[in-house]
Amino acid sequence: MAGTQVPMRLRPLHYFWATFRRQWRSDISTTFLTPVLYLASIGAGLGSFIKGGQVLASLGGEDYLSFVAPALLVTTAMQVAVSRSTYDVYGCKNWWSGAYRSMLAAPLSVGDIVTGHLAWVAARVGLASAFYLAVSAAFGAVHSPAAAADLVVGPVVGLAFAAPIIAYAITVRHEQPFVMIFRLVMVPLFLFSGTFFPLSQLPTGLRYIAYVLPLWHGVELSRGLYQGSLGAWPALGHLAYLVVVIAVGSMAASRTYRKELAP
Amino acid sequence: MTEPLVMARALVKRFGNFVAVDHIDFDVLPGEAFGFLGPNGAGKSSTMRMIGATSPRSGGELRVLGVEPDDYGPQVRARLGVVPQEDNLDTELSVSDNLYVYGRYFGIPRRQLRQRVAELLDFAQLAERAGDRVNDLSGGMKRRLTIARSLVNQPELLLLDEPTTGLDPQARHLLWDRLHRLKRSGVTLLVTTHYMEEAEQLCDRLVVMDRGRIAAMGSPRQLIERYVSREVVELRFDDEEAPAMASLVNGLAPHTEALADRLLLYTEDGDLTAQAVARRGLKPTNVLVRRASLEDVFLRLTGRQLVD
Repeated sequence: MAGTQVPMRLRPLHYFWATFRRQWRSDISTTFLTPVLYLASIGAGLGSFIKGGQVLASLGGEDYLSFVAPALLVTTAMQVAVSRSTYDVYGCKNWWSGAYRSMLAAPLSVGDIVTGHLAWVAARVGLASAFYLAVSAAFGAVHSPAAAADLVVGPVVGLAFAAPIIAYAITVRHEQPFVMIFRLVMVPLFLFSGTFFPLSQLPTGLRYIAYVLPLWHGVELSRGLYQGSLGAWPALGHLAYLVVVIAVGSMAASRTYRKELAP
Repeated sequence: MTEPLVMARALVKRFGNFVAVDHIDFDVLPGEAFGFLGPNGAGKSSTMRMIGATSPRSGGELRVLGVEPDDYGPQVRARLGVVPQEDNLDTELSVSDNLYVYGRYFGIPRRQLRQRVAELLDFAQLAERAGDRVNDLSGGMKRRLTIARSLVNQPELLLLDEPTTGLDPQARHLLWDRLHRLKRSGVTLLVTTHYMEEAEQLCDRLVVMDRGRIAAMGSPRQLIERYVSREVVELRFDDEEAPAMASLVNGLAPHTEALADRLLLYTEDGDLTAQAVARRGLKPTNVLVRRASLEDVFLRLTGRQLVD
């Protein structure tokens, strides 16, 4: 029997799954409707204005929909990850939901809780990525079967945000800081990470900021996969960077979670 | 020889400079109901969290179920039931999902767990509310659900932190009844409370805690016999402050305490003392003769009242 048991670090998923089962209808509509709207308006609608040799050359020879669709998969991954690792952490920690405290009263450790919560974020991002991939394929934006690897890239990008953010979210005493994360981190990244135009359009200084932040690495990976043009070395470089962010974020989260939950 | 389920020696818990638990010693034996009685801030909950392996000790020795909780947290918690001071229910889940999800944390197989959930719903008298959200339950029901949930792994030792605080008397008696049943079935109970009635109802043995220290240890009866007399005469006065009256009852009882609104005379025979008070010409607005309680023990040991 012991062989079939769920490992400790994944047992927090029992809780998240139970809450998801109750509210998946409302969750699904926001997660899944948004990409369709974006692809229709920005990709197909706005994209139909962006034609002509010079512009297309700087987009890598593709039409605008094909340029923007793989990036939007990654920004969606970021959005899903950030919302699941801010309000959800606050909710699990505080008295109106005892999720973390009841996990700790059970045999789960603080480390299991961190891993379990991140696993849940990864699962949710994976679900959103799969849907996004299907929709953008339907729009004709996928040009290579390699795009299927975005089912991994999406969650990896999501975790690169989720790990450092949960490390912070567990420490807050009220929810206001989350609004600042949305406005000051997510929106600028969304707009300036090579999502809607190539980074080469940015002044040099800003370009280096984009290089340091995780989203651009995800955009590059996803775009290369959609177009089937991703080289092995750039791919490894981007992935390695994201993995380092996840590792550092997780370690920080283990520390802050321990301090908050088991003083 | 029976080995204690919990053994603490010079146990200390510090938060920065604040010493919450200050070198305490105690043993909890298998099958007994052991209590920590004391006011808020006495260090009861900190002690419970160390025993429950969710808070590392700052000093001293602690063994729970034969091992160090700091080193074997998950293993210890797998055999414990924990009822924290504040309900830690998953309020957005249904009553039965709360039991089910919690059971899955312990790795209980699905089929076995479903049966266990049904038993626990009966035990907590919540079978009819199984599908309701926890938010819709009354305070007493939530508490019963929290206790039921803590039993999902059939623990040898159940930690109850203020199990009935905030409940009305009826809900409290129902809970006590459930806890007595558990005790009869062989579960060892560890209870913190600031209600002396609860300590007297539930505990075979208890420690009185004050400011992180153990002030006394024994059975409720022993503590009363050791620190106070059998009976108490309470004298209430209307206008004058009770402390000013204290000198007037000199010699009427072996020991007296002056509270803000009344005098307590500790005596072996309350009626005789009450008559003596009347002979002295004192005119309290109210005279009450009662049996001494743990509240009196606490007052005697610390000079303060338990619940303010």
